[in-house]
Amino acid sequence: MSLMPQTSLPPAADAPAEKSAPPARSLRVRRLSGRDRLVLGLMVGVPTLIQAVLVWIPTLLSVGLSFMKWNGLNLADIRPAGLSNYTYAVQDYPPFWPAVAHNIIWLAFLALVATPIGLLLAVLLDQKIRGTRLYQSIFFAPVMLSMVMVGIVWQLVYARNEGLLNNLLGTAGTPGAVDWFGDSGVNLWAALVATTWRHAGYIMVLYLAGLKGIDPSLREAAAIDGSNAWQTFFRVVLPAMRPINIVIVVITIIEALRAFDIVYLINKGTNGLELLSVLVIQNLVGVGQVIGVGSALAVILLLISLGPIVYYLVRTFRRAD
Amino acid sequence: MTPASPLDSRLNRRALLKGLGGATAAFAAAPLLAACSGGTAPSGTAGTAGTAAKATSLGSGLSDPVPRSAIQAMVDAYKAKSGATVKMNVMPRAQLVDNISSYLQSNPEDAITWFAGYKMRYYAAKGLLAPVDDVWEQIGGNFSEGLTTASQGDDGKKYFVPNYNYPWGFFYRKSLWTERGYQIPATFDAFLALCAQMKKDGLIPIAFADKDGWPAMGTFDYINMRTNGYQFHLDLCAHKESWDQQKVKDVFDHWKALLPYQDKAALGATWQEGARSMTGKKSGMYLVGSFIAQDVTDQAVLADLDFFPFPAIAVEGTDAIEAPIDGFVLSKRGGSNKAAKDMLAFFGSGAGQDAYAAKDPSNLQTAKDADTSSFSELNRKCAAAIAAAKNISQFFDRDALPAMANNVMIPALQGFIKDGTIDTRNIEAQAKTLYAAE
Repeated sequence: MSLMPQTSLPPAADAPAEKSAPPARSLRVRRLSGRDRLVLGLMVGVPTLIQAVLVWIPTLLSVGLSFMKWNGLNLADIRPAGLSNYTYAVQDYPPFWPAVAHNIIWLAFLALVATPIGLLLAVLLDQKIRGTRLYQSIFFAPVMLSMVMVGIVWQLVYARNEGLLNNLLGTAGTPGAVDWFGDSGVNLWAALVATTWRHAGYIMVLYLAGLKGIDPSLREAAAIDGSNAWQTFFRVVLPAMRPINIVIVVITIIEALRAFDIVYLINKGTNGLELLSVLVIQNLVGVGQVIGVGSALAVILLLISLGPIVYYLVRTFRRAD
Repeated sequence: MTPASPLDSRLNRRALLKGLGGATAAFAAAPLLAACSGGTAPSGTAGTAGTAAKATSLGSGLSDPVPRSAIQAMVDAYKAKSGATVKMNVMPRAQLVDNISSYLQSNPEDAITWFAGYKMRYYAAKGLLAPVDDVWEQIGGNFSEGLTTASQGDDGKKYFVPNYNYPWGFFYRKSLWTERGYQIPATFDAFLALCAQMKKDGLIPIAFADKDGWPAMGTFDYINMRTNGYQFHLDLCAHKESWDQQKVKDVFDHWKALLPYQDKAALGATWQEGARSMTGKKSGMYLVGSFIAQDVTDQAVLADLDFFPFPAIAVEGTDAIEAPIDGFVLSKRGGSNKAAKDMLAFFGSGAGQDAYAAKDPSNLQTAKDADTSSFSELNRKCAAAIAAAKNISQFFDRDALPAMANNVMIPALQGFIKDGTIDTRNIEAQAKTLYAAE
C-alpha cells in the first residue's frame, strides 16, 4: 500500500531504555527532553487511565457479576451463580431469542436497504445538481435531531387515529386502521423505517466525503475505455472507495447491534420490538434490575460486538504494518 | 489526489472507536452506576437532628407540580403546628423509585414518600426502614383494617404511614348506561352478558390499553383475587405460591372469556387513549384507577363518570379492592429522630392529609378523620368502596418483586393479549431465578 506515508514509528516507548543504550541509538532518543517525556507520558497515561476506569474495569466487573447473584443491596449478599444467569437468559427468558432475531433483521435491513439508500443519495447529490447543499442538509438533518424529537416526529406519522400515515391511507379512525406501534407484526418494520430515515443520512455524508476524494481522472480514464456509467461506478468508483466501504460496513454492524433509542421511545422495547440492547438496559437499570442476568446479557452483547470490532482492527492494523 | 481517503478512514476509525468505547462503557458500567447513583442526597440532616430536637427532613418523589405543591402544603402545615424545621429534598419520581436501594443505604432523609406493598416490606425486611409502631399507637384508630395490614412488614411491625390512595375499578359514563339501559353486573356471568350486549350495540365493551405494559396488570390482579382470593394473590406476588399450577391457569381461562370484549388495539394505546375511548362513548367501560379523573378536563364529563367494583367470580365476593396506597416510611436514621416520628403522626392524621388533599383532590385521604366534605360524588363512591373492602391490594408492580413485574409480567401479559396463550411454566422458571437473586 503505497498510500501509507509513514516509514517508521517514532518509538516513544523506547524512551525509558536509553540509559545503557549505545550512543548511536540514544541519539534519536535524546531528542526527547524530560519535558517531552512528561508530556508524552501524560498524553498516553491520562487516556489510558480514563479508558481503564471508564471501560475496562467496569467491563471486567460486569463479566464477574454475570456469574453472580446479587440484589444490589449489600456486597456481602453477592453469591456465586455459576452459569445460571446465562442459562436463564438463553432458556427461560422469552424475549431473548426474539431479540436476537430482531437484531439480525435490523442488521439485514440496514445493510440491504438503509445503507444502499445512503449510497444512492450520496451518488445523486454528488452530481452537479442545483441545490445539492440544501438536499444534503435536509437528508442529514435527522442525524442531528435529538432522539426525543425523532420520537415525536414518528409518533405524529404513526399514531393510529391522528397519525399522518393512517390519514393518508384513509383508514384513520376506522377499525381497519393499522396499529403501527401496537401490532407486533408491523411495529418492527415501522421502527426500521424510522431508523433508515436517520441511518441513510449518516451513510450519505460518509460516502459524499468519499466520492469527493475520488480522482476525476479515474472516471475520465474509464469513460475513455468505453465503460458506461453503471460500470464506471461499480468497477471503478466503488472499489476506489474501499477504505470508506470498510468503515461503512463496520458502522452498519455496530449500529445494528446497539440499536436502542427508537424502540425504547416507541414502547420501551416490548411487544415485538425486543432488541438485545434493550434487554440489557431493562435488566440492569431501574425497577427491573437483576444485576446477574443483566450483566450476563451485557456480556453476550459484548461478545457478539467483539466480532466485527476485532475484524476491523485486525484489518486496519495489518494494513498499517 | 488519493491520500484523502485513507486519512478519512483513519479519522473515522478514531471516531468509531471512541463511540464504541463509550457504548461498551455504558453497558458495562450500568451496574456500577446503579450502585453509585442516588448518593446525592444532601447530608447534614443527622447533625441537625442531634443538636435541635425539632428538626427533620423529607425525601419526596412527588415531583409533578400538583403533588409537589400538595406535599409542600402538608409539610408547611406540620411546621406551623409544631414549630419544627423540615428540610425537603424533592427528586424526580423515577429517580427515587429506580435508585431506592442505594438511596436508602447512602444518606437518605428521615422520612421518605413511598408505597405500601412488597416494595415496602422488602426493604423493611432488609433492615433499611425503621419501624413506626409508636406512631401507629397514636394514629391507629384513624385507619381501616385493610390499611392497617397494608402498613405492616413481614415481621408484623408497622413500617408505613398511609397518605392517600386511589381505587381501581370499572369506570363508565352514567348517561350512556341509562340511555342504553345497562345494569351494574354483580357476577362474572352477568358481566359477560353485559359485554356481549354492548358488543351487539356496536360499542367496544371494555376500553383497554397496554402499550406501556403495566395497565394490564390491573386486570390480572382482579381476576386472580376474585378467582383465588386475596391471600393467594399476595402469596403469588411474593412467590410463596408457584405460578405453574392450575389456580393460575384458571385466572387466564377467565381472562380469555374477557379478551374478545377488550379493545383489540390495546397494545398500541396508552392509558390516556383508553380513557378517551371510554369518555368519548366508544367503549362501554374501562378498568382503571381513579386517577383517570386527572385526564378528564371536561367538567360535564367528569360529573357523568361513575364507578363499580370488579364483579365477583368465585371466592370472597368483591371483598378485595385494588387501591394502591401512597404514604411515608422512615429511613433507619429517621427512626431515632423524635421529630420525624411526630411528623409522620401528623401525616397520618386528618389535618395533615387534608392539607395535602386541598392541593391535590384527585386522590383520597386515608385517615378516617379527614375532611371529606369537599369530595365529589365520584370520590365519595371510591372512598366508600375502599372503606368497605376487607383487603386492599397494591397493584402487581407494588405487590411483587419489581423485576418480576417489569421483566416477566409485561412481556407475558402482552403476549397473552396478543394471542391468548400463556406459558405459566416459563413464568415460574423465571420467577424462581429472579426471586432467588434477592
